[in-house]
Amino acid sequence: MSTSLIGSLQTFPHGVHPEEYKELSCNRRIERMPFVELYTLPLSQHIGAPSKVVVKEGQKVRRGEMIAEPGGFVSVGLHSPVDGVVHAIDLFDHPNGQVLPAIQIRTDRFSTQQLQLKPVPPEEMTTAGFIKAVQWSGMVGMGGAAFPAHVKFSIPEGKTCKHLMLNGCECEPFLTCDHRVMVEYAEELIDGTRILARFVKPEKVYIAIEANKPDAITLIREKAAEMDFAIEVVPLEVKYPQGAEKMMISAILGEEVPSGKLPLDVGVLVSNVGTAVAMSQYFRQGLPLIERVITVSGTALKRPSNMLVPIGTPMRDVVDYCGGITVPSPRILLGGPMMGMVQKNLDVPVVKGTSGILALTDHEVRDLDTYSCIRCGRCLDACPLFLNPALLGMLSRKGLWEEMEENHIMDCFECASCSFVCPSGIPLVQSFRVGKAMIRERKAK
Amino acid sequence: MFSEFLIGVGILVLLGLFFAVVIAVAYKKLRVYEDPRIDQVEEMLPHANCGACGQPGCRAFAEKVVGNELSPSKCTVSSPEGVKRIAEYLGVDAGSEEKRIARVLCAGGKSEAHNLADYKGTMRTCRGESVVNGGPKACSWGCLGLGDCEVACDFDALHMNEDGLPVVIPDLCVACGDCVEACPKGLFELMPVSQKLIVQCKSQLEGDLALSKCSVACTACGRCVADGAPGLIEIKNNLAVVNYELNNLAIADATRRCPTDAIIWLEGAQFKPPQISPLPLGKVERYPIEEDLENRYWQ
Repeated sequence: MSTSLIGSLQTFPHGVHPEEYKELSCNRRIERMPFVELYTLPLSQHIGAPSKVVVKEGQKVRRGEMIAEPGGFVSVGLHSPVDGVVHAIDLFDHPNGQVLPAIQIRTDRFSTQQLQLKPVPPEEMTTAGFIKAVQWSGMVGMGGAAFPAHVKFSIPEGKTCKHLMLNGCECEPFLTCDHRVMVEYAEELIDGTRILARFVKPEKVYIAIEANKPDAITLIREKAAEMDFAIEVVPLEVKYPQGAEKMMISAILGEEVPSGKLPLDVGVLVSNVGTAVAMSQYFRQGLPLIERVITVSGTALKRPSNMLVPIGTPMRDVVDYCGGITVPSPRILLGGPMMGMVQKNLDVPVVKGTSGILALTDHEVRDLDTYSCIRCGRCLDACPLFLNPALLGMLSRKGLWEEMEENHIMDCFECASCSFVCPSGIPLVQSFRVGKAMIRERKAK
Repeated sequence: MFSEFLIGVGILVLLGLFFAVVIAVAYKKLRVYEDPRIDQVEEMLPHANCGACGQPGCRAFAEKVVGNELSPSKCTVSSPEGVKRIAEYLGVDAGSEEKRIARVLCAGGKSEAHNLADYKGTMRTCRGESVVNGGPKACSWGCLGLGDCEVACDFDALHMNEDGLPVVIPDLCVACGDCVEACPKGLFELMPVSQKLIVQCKSQLEGDLALSKCSVACTACGRCVADGAPGLIEIKNNLAVVNYELNNLAIADATRRCPTDAIIWLEGAQFKPPQISPLPLGKVERYPIEEDLENRYWQ
């Protein structure tokens, strides 16, 4: 646990301070995205095996009905976001740049889109039943990686969850969706946490919030006292990547998660605040994961907002609803500006792991020329994992993949702090991704 | 004074004799017999260490050849005379190996397949582009055209043409497989030269959707299936697949009605060779695009 020089807030060592730009959307209430004509639901929106289709083309589906079931343990269900008809089951563009199988649903224009769902009371459930319910509800981690939530929640034998941590850091610039969720869904958040705590049985529950969201910090403290649930609100220093789970654990407990290990190995379970809200909505109202809150922001966008968007809505419709784009060729990103995926195609759908759509102008995007590494060491001071980005970048350039692996490239979670601080404009993270892809390709052989 | 000098010399001579004896004994006792022919065969090999034979270098290949595990013709870099010389030296059959060359399974160059976005990064390699949303091309299977394969080729057998497609020179290609590994999209395949019927597309989209991304895409229309010999071609995952077990039945007529020229009959090289004459042998450099020359550090 290291503290900053200025205040007494907890944080992790290293890291960077990018400009925030959160003022664009942090005070805008969450709006509901109107229903559009076509929804595309890729079968692999999560890490793990793709879901298995259980509907046929031309079949009528209700809003919230299951259209694909889990295709294995590390896989989740998929539900229709609207009343409508299955239009096609085919290959469609996926936000990750590939073309992958997906279900397309055409909305029924005359439907009222009323939900007809029954709550799933968690009170009489066993732990196994709870895990299965979470899996079939399609729940994934809403932070961005979209790791199936039930896999995280199923604690293997011999391990215990001592600390349950909710992640409301939201350290990425521009993004404000978790902030708005905490402010507007505070009761559901605490309720969802209580349901989760019932099954994983932690000794202590924390919620980590960066200090730039004082309204969320006070509100959650109040609500927790009101609802009589012991939750410790930990304000953390505003620093990137504070929201990465390993960094958060190091900030709160001062404990480091060893290389290649999971947070559960040090007795910690981390969950995003959005996931906790979705859990409450599923168990209390029966609503599976068919919509999520995303931030649509960026200086190239007319009306930055926080939107409650049904999964599968084309990005183009969301952007158009927010007033459209004001510059000729913006840079479109899915997720935050530091870790988000650049998009070449606006016709891809919003998926479960999408936390934001950003349209940036040349003003925010640094298009530097690349020069030689001058050995200044700023990337070493930035890397939260204490890796040596300069060395790894050089190894990648020379094609020395095995040496990269020896230098722990596989621990890198691509937070892009090193690229951010590099004065020579070296595309470090891009070269790490190349290296990781090569290492995985060679291992697969 | 002089005797001290003699003592020094004497000690050194005795030490020298002692170690000579140790070395002589060790040489007799610990000697590992190595077939002298391995050195000879290695000498006759081309020293490319390319790995086309599947061995980790020319020395390992020489050991296998002398041990009669591989036939000399497995070395695709040697000239036929070279192979014959090795076979005669060892007194074995040279064996016959059909010449294989690298074929590109994409014909979507700059003028056939359009880009959806501009790639502005400074890492101008195919590998680098492919990790940024799969590269700027609309077709997610297609060739990115930045020439990682050209850099990887040790034999100067591969050059990017003006359309941004790799042209393999059949005479120079030895099927070492370096380009297969270099391509992030996995577009290269090593094929015997007798396989002349080739589908130059990997897009799994169907019909107009495939055509909207690339003008030479396979639309899975099935005309080639009807025109070819029964069972020769079939449509799998919206892509025509040639069954090369029936290669002797393949005829050029199967390609005649293809609306997009995705399936072709190949005699010699694929694509149009580059207008600029290839660079001198042994000096493989990037296709000179001006921006590339500016951003040399990342190549």
